[in-house]
Amino acid sequence: MEHTLTHGTATGEHPKPEKNYLNETTGIWSWMTTVDHKRIGIMYLVAVSVAFALGGTFALLVRLALLNPQHTLFGKHWVDAEMYNRFFTMHGVVMVFLFIIPSIPGSLANFVLPLMLGAKDVAFPRLNLMSFYLWVLGAVLGITGIIGGGVDTGWTFYTPYSTTTSTGVTIMLMAAFVLGFSSIFTGLNFIATVHKLRAPGMGWFDMPLFIWGIYATAIIQILATPVLAITLVLLMIERNFQIGIFDSRIGGDPVLFQHFFWFYSHPAVYIMILPGMAIMSEIVPTFCRKTIFGYRAIAYSSISLALLSFLVWGHHMFVAGESDLANVVFSGLTFLVALPSGVKVFNWLSTMYKGNISFETPMLYALSFLVLFSIGGLTGIFFATLATDIHLTDTYWVVAHFHYTMMGGTAIAFFGGLHYWWPKMTGKMYNEFWGRLAAILVFIGFNVTFISQFVMGGRGMPRRYFNYLDQFAPMHMYSTIGSWILAVAFVTMALNLLGSLKFGPKAPANPWGGTTLEWETDSPPITHNFHDQPVLLHEPYDYRHREVTHV
Amino acid sequence: MLPVNQGSDFAGEVDFVYMSLFWLSVVLFVGIVAAAAYFSWRYRYKPGRVTPHQTHNTTLEIIWTVIPTVIVTAIFFWGVNGYMKFAVPPGEALEVQVVGKQWLWTFEYPDGTRSVNEIHVPVNKNIRLVMSSEDVLHDFYVPDMRIKRDIVPGRYVQIWFHANANAIGEHISTCAEYCGKGHSDMHAKLFVDTPADYDKWMATGGTEYLDYSPEAWGKIQWDRKGCSTCHSIDGSASKGPTWKGIWGTMVKLNDGKSVLVDEAYVRESMMLPQAKIVAGFDPIMPTFQGLLRENEINGLMAFIKSLK
Repeated sequence: MEHTLTHGTATGEHPKPEKNYLNETTGIWSWMTTVDHKRIGIMYLVAVSVAFALGGTFALLVRLALLNPQHTLFGKHWVDAEMYNRFFTMHGVVMVFLFIIPSIPGSLANFVLPLMLGAKDVAFPRLNLMSFYLWVLGAVLGITGIIGGGVDTGWTFYTPYSTTTSTGVTIMLMAAFVLGFSSIFTGLNFIATVHKLRAPGMGWFDMPLFIWGIYATAIIQILATPVLAITLVLLMIERNFQIGIFDSRIGGDPVLFQHFFWFYSHPAVYIMILPGMAIMSEIVPTFCRKTIFGYRAIAYSSISLALLSFLVWGHHMFVAGESDLANVVFSGLTFLVALPSGVKVFNWLSTMYKGNISFETPMLYALSFLVLFSIGGLTGIFFATLATDIHLTDTYWVVAHFHYTMMGGTAIAFFGGLHYWWPKMTGKMYNEFWGRLAAILVFIGFNVTFISQFVMGGRGMPRRYFNYLDQFAPMHMYSTIGSWILAVAFVTMALNLLGSLKFGPKAPANPWGGTTLEWETDSPPITHNFHDQPVLLHEPYDYRHREVTHV
Repeated sequence: MLPVNQGSDFAGEVDFVYMSLFWLSVVLFVGIVAAAAYFSWRYRYKPGRVTPHQTHNTTLEIIWTVIPTVIVTAIFFWGVNGYMKFAVPPGEALEVQVVGKQWLWTFEYPDGTRSVNEIHVPVNKNIRLVMSSEDVLHDFYVPDMRIKRDIVPGRYVQIWFHANANAIGEHISTCAEYCGKGHSDMHAKLFVDTPADYDKWMATGGTEYLDYSPEAWGKIQWDRKGCSTCHSIDGSASKGPTWKGIWGTMVKLNDGKSVLVDEAYVRESMMLPQAKIVAGFDPIMPTFQGLLRENEINGLMAFIKSLK
């Protein structure tokens, strides 16, 4: 069997086209009405980047408020508990609903998923644009709420506090409700695309693992998000009309809200992490120049994580008023999550074995992911274990744990993927030195910020605390300093990427020597992605007959 | 990374599980990082190096699925075992009612003793806290005891602990479920007392009286101890003489004598109510011997004095 790609699209066979998806049409209107998945991906990328900057600003404010126990800055008292409560709530709401959940699916997957499948677009291009506009509507509602004074419930909106606080809860709930539909539309679109638009010759097990990860994510998006929508609507009705479903004073049950909320929000954790893992499975083989180890195990582990994610929500509520039997059952089910997660880590490591590994910026992010996600995963065991969960839950330990998975996992993978596909998306190469420097700074800043939080949490520092005991002052200071390192790292990254648009050299079609179909077309691609229909004749990540390239 | 103090035997068990998981995690983490670092160095990029086409290895993959399965199963049972000790309170226990509200804790003992943001428990006794909330979710968390439980409005929840000899002294208990502006100030001091200190605390009846003036405290006692059933404070007639304007006057007794209403007479009337009966009233008042603490008697005196 001949292991080559017949693509007929290699740049040599056609004269270099002048036109690509970026310049074929111009003007703001051509972008606002586009149904091109690549342009929608770019718009999503800009949007979630702005959201990340906003959420990051709130994170910096949270850390700044906790810099010292007196809450002073240059000797001046500048923040009180009410402001602080808004900061951490807004940080959570913006990061979860506006950034992490739409980040990789909306921007990177929107751009590369059809390319990887050899398709011209997603299955429902207009629905794709609709999804983006719903994101914009949700963001407008959310930002209106922030300008209108913000909200102080924590991103979890626990009742009865959320039904009684005087802050603007309803508009935030509407924002999250609308954003949920944005997420559902994206998931629906990807599922249809994967089922119907694979290139001729591409069976399910010939798809890149990125597609498997995004497909698993999409399953969760369409099955879990409606539950969030229902919950938020019930909460809005409870808050405004007091129907007595969540508020105990009028006959409701606050714990019922928590069950509803986590029935979505635990699967949502996998909406966040699965795309990150999916990016890992692309970057690692490319920069190791070696086929992925355990393709099927990784694919199945994505699907099993998606299914398991629906069965473990109760582990958020071990001390919240759940029955002992439920606690035991949820604890047992939660341990099952460790297995597919572990399998993925072992497979990525095995892919490195006997590889030919280079360390461009995306690979540095992938290695960061491997280290940080391992910490995030291993510290999760402490929460699955009932005896230790009691002491650690609701403390900084849990804050540190989920930041190691959400930021050390998803956000780091997002930045890795962003650098990986940046040449394809923009047609420009960024500066490798500054890219690597930013990656290393992110790694250092992240660990300084959050290792200190493990120490505080273990010693009994509860989360969402404005005032804290003096014994925690040094650790809070380290954590705040870490947040400044992170800020410097992200500014460096942003300047490097944005600068490449103007000063960066032109990107070749396949700068990293990748084996998946998106590298077979131009950088940036033409509007219809490929000059001819690509046909796949071998499994993905097959390096046996490839020229190995190195930039 | 844990509180230094192990205030209960349960804390010791939790810490043992925690430290075991910690070292297991360290071993796995160091293994993963060491492998990644070694491969990164050993197989660093060399132009022209050909990589093998290793798609999978079933034996290896079964091994790294089965071994973690065995490990997490063991951890699961271990965790359940520890949790059950926390979840099931012993039959014999001193019961204290805990009420959380924005943003303070109140504690009430079986004899009616109440205190705010301060709880005293005897060492080496099982303590069961029966907790409820007056407004939103709270969570009673004592880091030194490694215990924590959310308090859900509309429900009673309970938690128990057994403070050991190491724990004698002051501990902090904090609210661990976000409850608004004062969330981070919602602390209570938990004192584990020697039996002698605990008896002393019970004798003074908590600290609630310190929050009030003697007159206000007396009025609370008038209501709480049942005085109000028979003694009005506005001059209206009832089963006993009204307290209004009674202090310092001479009252006529049913044997024809008169007596000055002063500290000695009022105290005698509380403790030996049958000794002197005011004319026109029946001898129906029960004795309060042993039911009133000094601070409560003093408060009542001050209250009666204030009713001009």
